[in-house]
Amino acid sequence: MSLLTAPTLAHYLVLGAILFAISMAGIFLNRKNVIIILMAIELMLLAVNLNFIAFSSYLGDMGGQVFVFFILTVAAAESAIGLAILVLLFRNAGSINVDDLGKLKG
Amino acid sequence: MTFQTAIFYIFSAILVFAALRVITTRNPVHAALWLVLCFFTAAGVWILLKAEFLAIALVLVYVGAVMVLFLFVVMMLDVNFDSLRTNFRSYVPVAAIVGTLVLLEMALVIVGARVGTDVAPPTMAGSNTKALGRLIYVDYVYPFEIAAVVLLVAIIAAIALTHRTRKATKHQDPGAQVKVRREDRVRLVNMTSEGRE
Repeated sequence: MSLLTAPTLAHYLVLGAILFAISMAGIFLNRKNVIIILMAIELMLLAVNLNFIAFSSYLGDMGGQVFVFFILTVAAAESAIGLAILVLLFRNAGSINVDDLGKLKG
Repeated sequence: MTFQTAIFYIFSAILVFAALRVITTRNPVHAALWLVLCFFTAAGVWILLKAEFLAIALVLVYVGAVMVLFLFVVMMLDVNFDSLRTNFRSYVPVAAIVGTLVLLEMALVIVGARVGTDVAPPTMAGSNTKALGRLIYVDYVYPFEIAAVVLLVAIIAAIALTHRTRKATKHQDPGAQVKVRREDRVRLVNMTSEGRE
Protein backbone atom coordinates (compact mmCIF):
# COMPACT_ATOMS: atom_id res chain seq x y z
CA MET A 1 0.00 0.00 0.00
CA SER A 2 1.80 3.05 -1.18
CA LEU A 3 0.65 6.20 0.54
CA LEU A 4 0.63 8.39 -2.52
CA THR A 5 -1.38 6.34 -4.96
CA ALA A 6 -5.05 7.01 -5.51
CA PRO A 7 -6.93 6.22 -2.28
CA THR A 8 -7.70 2.53 -2.03
CA LEU A 9 -10.21 0.71 0.13
CA ALA A 10 -7.55 0.28 2.82
CA HIS A 11 -7.11 4.07 3.08
CA TYR A 12 -10.77 4.51 3.95
CA LEU A 13 -10.80 1.55 6.33
CA VAL A 14 -7.80 2.92 8.21
CA LEU A 15 -9.47 6.33 8.41
CA GLY A 16 -12.58 4.66 9.82
CA ALA A 17 -10.48 2.72 12.32
CA ILE A 18 -8.72 5.91 13.46
CA LEU A 19 -12.08 7.67 13.92
CA PHE A 20 -13.49 4.73 15.86
CA ALA A 21 -10.43 4.57 18.12
CA ILE A 22 -10.60 8.32 18.77
CA SER A 23 -14.24 8.16 19.75
CA MET A 24 -13.62 5.12 21.94
CA ALA A 25 -10.83 6.98 23.72
CA GLY A 26 -13.23 9.92 24.01
CA ILE A 27 -15.73 7.82 25.94
CA PHE A 28 -13.02 6.84 28.41
CA LEU A 29 -11.66 10.37 28.59
CA ASN A 30 -14.96 12.14 29.25
CA ARG A 31 -16.53 9.48 31.36
CA LYS A 32 -18.32 12.02 33.56
CA ASN A 33 -19.95 14.14 30.89
CA VAL A 34 -22.96 12.48 29.28
CA ILE A 35 -23.17 15.04 26.46
CA ILE A 36 -19.64 14.37 25.24
CA ILE A 37 -20.27 10.63 25.52
CA LEU A 38 -23.31 11.00 23.25
CA MET A 39 -21.19 12.98 20.79
CA ALA A 40 -18.51 10.26 20.86
CA ILE A 41 -21.19 7.70 20.06
CA GLU A 42 -22.26 9.81 17.07
CA LEU A 43 -18.62 9.88 15.97
CA MET A 44 -18.42 6.09 16.29
CA LEU A 45 -21.48 5.68 14.10
CA LEU A 46 -19.86 8.01 11.58
CA ALA A 47 -16.79 5.76 11.48
CA VAL A 48 -18.97 2.70 10.97
CA ASN A 49 -20.88 4.48 8.20
CA LEU A 50 -17.58 5.36 6.54
CA ASN A 51 -16.65 1.68 6.48
CA PHE A 52 -20.03 0.73 5.04
CA ILE A 53 -19.78 3.33 2.28
CA ALA A 54 -16.17 2.43 1.46
CA PHE A 55 -17.04 -1.25 1.06
CA SER A 56 -20.18 -0.39 -0.86
CA SER A 57 -18.24 1.80 -3.25
CA TYR A 58 -15.35 -0.61 -3.80
CA LEU A 59 -17.49 -3.73 -4.13
CA GLY A 60 -19.99 -2.01 -6.41
CA ASP A 61 -22.88 -3.05 -4.16
CA MET A 62 -25.40 -0.35 -3.25
CA GLY A 63 -26.74 -2.40 -0.33
CA GLY A 64 -24.15 -0.90 1.99
CA GLN A 65 -25.43 2.59 1.32
CA VAL A 66 -28.98 1.49 2.15
CA PHE A 67 -27.65 0.27 5.48
CA VAL A 68 -25.98 3.63 6.10
CA PHE A 69 -29.35 5.22 5.43
CA PHE A 70 -30.94 3.08 8.13
CA ILE A 71 -28.07 3.71 10.53
CA LEU A 72 -28.57 7.45 10.05
CA THR A 73 -32.27 7.04 10.86
CA VAL A 74 -31.67 5.00 13.99
CA ALA A 75 -28.84 7.30 15.12
CA ALA A 76 -31.08 10.34 14.80
CA ALA A 77 -33.77 8.61 16.86
CA GLU A 78 -31.17 7.52 19.40
CA SER A 79 -29.73 10.98 19.89
CA ALA A 80 -33.20 12.54 20.15
CA ILE A 81 -34.26 10.13 22.88
CA GLY A 82 -30.86 10.30 24.56
CA LEU A 83 -31.02 14.07 24.77
CA ALA A 84 -34.61 13.93 26.03
CA ILE A 85 -33.48 11.59 28.80
CA LEU A 86 -30.60 13.96 29.51
CA VAL A 87 -32.95 16.92 29.90
CA LEU A 88 -35.20 14.87 32.17
CA LEU A 89 -32.19 13.78 34.19
CA PHE A 90 -30.99 17.33 34.64
CA ARG A 91 -34.47 18.42 35.70
CA ASN A 92 -34.74 15.70 38.33
CA ALA A 93 -31.18 15.30 39.58
CA GLY A 94 -29.79 18.77 38.83
CA SER A 95 -26.64 17.28 37.35
CA ILE A 96 -25.47 15.35 34.31
CA ASN A 97 -22.52 13.78 36.03
CA VAL A 98 -22.38 10.04 35.36
CA ASP A 99 -21.26 9.50 38.95
CA ASP A 100 -24.57 10.89 40.23
CA LEU A 101 -26.61 8.37 38.26
CA GLY A 102 -26.14 5.41 40.56
CA LYS A 103 -29.48 5.82 42.23
CA LEU A 104 -30.83 2.53 40.93
CA LYS A 105 -27.96 0.71 42.62
CA GLY A 106 -29.13 -1.37 45.56
CA MET B 1 -0.06 12.19 -6.24
CA THR B 2 -3.38 12.62 -7.92
CA PHE B 3 -5.86 15.34 -7.12
CA GLN B 4 -8.15 12.75 -5.51
CA THR B 5 -5.40 11.61 -3.15
CA ALA B 6 -4.62 15.15 -2.11
CA ILE B 7 -8.30 15.80 -1.38
CA PHE B 8 -8.54 12.55 0.58
CA TYR B 9 -5.56 13.40 2.79
CA ILE B 10 -6.71 16.98 3.39
CA PHE B 11 -10.20 15.87 4.40
CA SER B 12 -8.83 13.02 6.53
CA ALA B 13 -6.45 15.33 8.36
CA ILE B 14 -9.24 17.81 9.12
CA LEU B 15 -11.56 14.96 10.15
CA VAL B 16 -9.08 13.39 12.55
CA PHE B 17 -8.08 16.74 14.03
CA ALA B 18 -11.71 17.77 14.54
CA ALA B 19 -12.50 14.39 16.12
CA LEU B 20 -9.60 14.85 18.53
CA ARG B 21 -10.87 18.32 19.43
CA VAL B 22 -14.37 16.93 20.05
CA ILE B 23 -13.13 14.63 22.77
CA THR B 24 -10.58 16.98 24.33
CA THR B 25 -12.16 20.42 24.28
CA ARG B 26 -13.29 22.00 27.50
CA ASN B 27 -16.54 23.58 26.40
CA PRO B 28 -19.32 21.27 25.15
CA VAL B 29 -20.56 23.98 22.78
CA HIS B 30 -17.16 23.97 21.12
CA ALA B 31 -17.24 20.17 21.07
CA ALA B 32 -20.57 20.29 19.22
CA LEU B 33 -19.16 22.78 16.71
CA TRP B 34 -16.08 20.60 16.14
CA LEU B 35 -18.44 17.68 15.61
CA VAL B 36 -20.22 19.74 12.93
CA LEU B 37 -16.84 20.17 11.21
CA CYS B 38 -16.36 16.39 11.50
CA PHE B 39 -19.64 15.76 9.73
CA PHE B 40 -18.87 18.26 6.97
CA THR B 41 -15.49 16.71 6.20
CA ALA B 42 -16.94 13.20 6.45
CA ALA B 43 -19.51 14.28 3.87
CA GLY B 44 -16.61 15.37 1.68
CA VAL B 45 -14.98 11.95 2.04
CA TRP B 46 -18.29 10.28 1.21
CA ILE B 47 -18.58 12.35 -1.97
CA LEU B 48 -15.08 11.12 -2.83
CA LEU B 49 -16.53 7.60 -2.51
CA LYS B 50 -19.35 8.55 -4.93
CA ALA B 51 -22.09 8.46 -2.29
CA GLU B 52 -23.52 11.89 -3.02
CA PHE B 53 -27.00 11.33 -1.65
CA LEU B 54 -25.78 10.13 1.72
CA ALA B 55 -23.26 12.97 1.91
CA ILE B 56 -26.03 15.53 1.41
CA ALA B 57 -28.27 13.63 3.82
CA LEU B 58 -25.48 13.66 6.40
CA VAL B 59 -25.14 17.43 6.16
CA LEU B 60 -28.89 18.05 6.16
CA VAL B 61 -29.93 15.54 8.80
CA TYR B 62 -26.92 15.60 11.08
CA VAL B 63 -25.65 19.14 10.87
CA GLY B 64 -29.10 20.57 10.25
CA ALA B 65 -31.10 18.66 12.82
CA VAL B 66 -29.18 16.47 15.25
CA MET B 67 -26.34 18.89 15.96
CA VAL B 68 -28.78 21.77 16.38
CA LEU B 69 -30.60 19.58 18.90
CA PHE B 70 -27.30 18.97 20.69
CA LEU B 71 -26.53 22.69 20.76
CA PHE B 72 -29.99 23.49 22.08
CA VAL B 73 -29.66 20.97 24.89
CA VAL B 74 -26.13 22.06 25.79
CA MET B 75 -27.16 25.70 25.96
CA MET B 76 -30.42 24.95 27.78
CA LEU B 77 -28.81 23.02 30.60
CA ASP B 78 -27.16 25.24 33.14
CA VAL B 79 -24.39 22.84 34.07
CA ASN B 80 -21.05 23.62 35.60
CA PHE B 81 -19.00 21.83 32.98
CA ASP B 82 -15.71 22.35 34.76
CA SER B 83 -16.86 20.11 37.59
CA LEU B 84 -17.32 17.34 35.03
CA ARG B 85 -13.66 17.58 34.12
CA THR B 86 -12.19 16.79 37.50
CA ASN B 87 -9.67 13.96 37.26
CA PHE B 88 -9.64 14.53 33.50
CA ARG B 89 -5.89 14.03 33.34
CA SER B 90 -6.04 10.79 35.29
CA TYR B 91 -8.21 9.24 32.57
CA VAL B 92 -5.73 10.11 29.81
CA PRO B 93 -3.51 6.99 30.16
CA VAL B 94 -6.35 4.46 30.11
CA ALA B 95 -8.05 6.29 27.22
CA ALA B 96 -4.80 6.37 25.26
CA ILE B 97 -4.17 2.67 25.92
CA VAL B 98 -7.67 1.61 24.91
CA GLY B 99 -7.65 3.83 21.82
CA THR B 100 -4.26 2.56 20.68
CA LEU B 101 -5.25 -1.05 21.28
CA VAL B 102 -8.44 -0.71 19.25
CA LEU B 103 -6.57 1.08 16.49
CA LEU B 104 -3.78 -1.53 16.43
CA GLU B 105 -6.22 -4.42 16.29
CA MET B 106 -8.13 -2.88 13.40
CA ALA B 107 -4.91 -1.94 11.59
CA LEU B 108 -3.61 -5.51 12.01
CA VAL B 109 -6.78 -6.89 10.48
CA ILE B 110 -6.76 -4.46 7.58
CA VAL B 111 -3.04 -4.60 6.78
CA GLY B 112 -2.63 -8.29 7.58
CA ALA B 113 -5.51 -9.35 5.39
CA ARG B 114 -4.39 -6.96 2.65
CA VAL B 115 -7.94 -5.80 2.23
CA GLY B 116 -8.56 -4.02 -1.01
CA THR B 117 -5.12 -2.57 -1.51
CA ASP B 118 -5.20 -3.32 -5.20
CA VAL B 119 -8.89 -3.15 -5.95
CA ALA B 120 -10.08 -0.37 -8.19
CA PRO B 121 -13.60 0.86 -7.53
CA PRO B 122 -16.00 -0.27 -10.22
CA THR B 123 -17.55 2.55 -12.13
CA MET B 124 -21.18 2.86 -11.21
CA ALA B 125 -23.18 4.21 -14.08
CA GLY B 126 -26.01 6.62 -13.55
CA SER B 127 -27.13 8.70 -10.64
CA ASN B 128 -26.31 7.55 -7.13
CA THR B 129 -29.55 8.99 -5.80
CA LYS B 130 -31.60 7.17 -8.44
CA ALA B 131 -29.94 3.83 -7.71
CA LEU B 132 -30.36 4.30 -3.95
CA GLY B 133 -33.99 5.33 -4.35
CA ARG B 134 -34.73 2.31 -6.52
CA LEU B 135 -33.16 0.07 -3.91
CA ILE B 136 -34.97 1.66 -0.97
CA TYR B 137 -38.40 1.80 -2.54
CA VAL B 138 -38.29 -1.61 -4.24
CA ASP B 139 -36.01 -4.05 -2.44
CA TYR B 140 -35.94 -2.52 1.02
CA VAL B 141 -39.41 -1.04 1.17
CA TYR B 142 -40.51 -2.85 4.33
CA PRO B 143 -37.35 -1.97 6.30
CA PHE B 144 -37.89 1.58 5.06
CA GLU B 145 -41.41 1.59 6.55
CA ILE B 146 -40.00 0.26 9.81
CA ALA B 147 -37.46 3.09 9.81
CA ALA B 148 -40.37 5.52 9.54
CA VAL B 149 -42.01 3.85 12.55
CA VAL B 150 -38.72 4.12 14.47
CA LEU B 151 -38.67 7.85 13.82
CA LEU B 152 -42.30 8.16 14.90
CA VAL B 153 -41.53 6.31 18.13
CA ALA B 154 -38.57 8.62 18.68
CA ILE B 155 -40.77 11.70 18.24
CA ILE B 156 -43.41 10.40 20.65
CA ALA B 157 -40.83 9.25 23.18
CA ALA B 158 -38.95 12.55 23.14
CA ILE B 159 -42.17 14.54 23.62
CA ALA B 160 -43.56 12.18 26.25
CA LEU B 161 -40.30 12.28 28.21
CA THR B 162 -39.80 16.02 28.28
CA HIS B 163 -43.39 17.27 28.29
CA ARG B 164 -44.55 18.56 31.63
CA THR B 165 -47.93 19.97 32.57
CA ARG B 166 -47.73 23.22 34.43
CA LYS B 167 -50.16 23.66 37.26
CA ALA B 168 -50.54 27.39 36.84
CA THR B 169 -51.79 27.32 33.27
CA LYS B 170 -55.52 27.74 32.67
CA HIS B 171 -56.94 25.60 29.94
CA GLN B 172 -60.24 24.10 28.89
CA ASP B 173 -60.94 20.42 29.26
CA PRO B 174 -63.28 19.59 26.37
CA GLY B 175 -64.01 16.14 27.73
CA ALA B 176 -65.26 17.52 31.02
CA GLN B 177 -67.23 20.16 29.16
CA VAL B 178 -69.05 17.57 27.09
CA LYS B 179 -69.61 15.28 30.03
CA VAL B 180 -71.26 17.94 32.16
CA ARG B 181 -74.88 17.33 33.17
CA ARG B 182 -77.65 19.67 34.10
CA GLU B 183 -77.37 18.74 37.76
CA ASP B 184 -73.77 19.96 37.85
CA ARG B 185 -74.62 23.45 36.76
CA VAL B 186 -78.17 24.21 37.85
CA ARG B 187 -79.30 23.87 41.43
CA LEU B 188 -83.01 24.06 42.15
CA VAL B 189 -83.84 25.26 45.61
CA ASN B 190 -87.13 25.12 47.36
CA MET B 191 -87.89 28.13 49.44
CA THR B 192 -91.03 29.60 50.74
CA SER B 193 -92.05 32.78 49.06
CA GLU B 194 -92.27 35.77 51.22
CA GLY B 195 -95.76 37.02 51.83
CA ARG B 196 -96.89 40.44 50.74
CA GLU B 197 -96.72 42.82 53.58
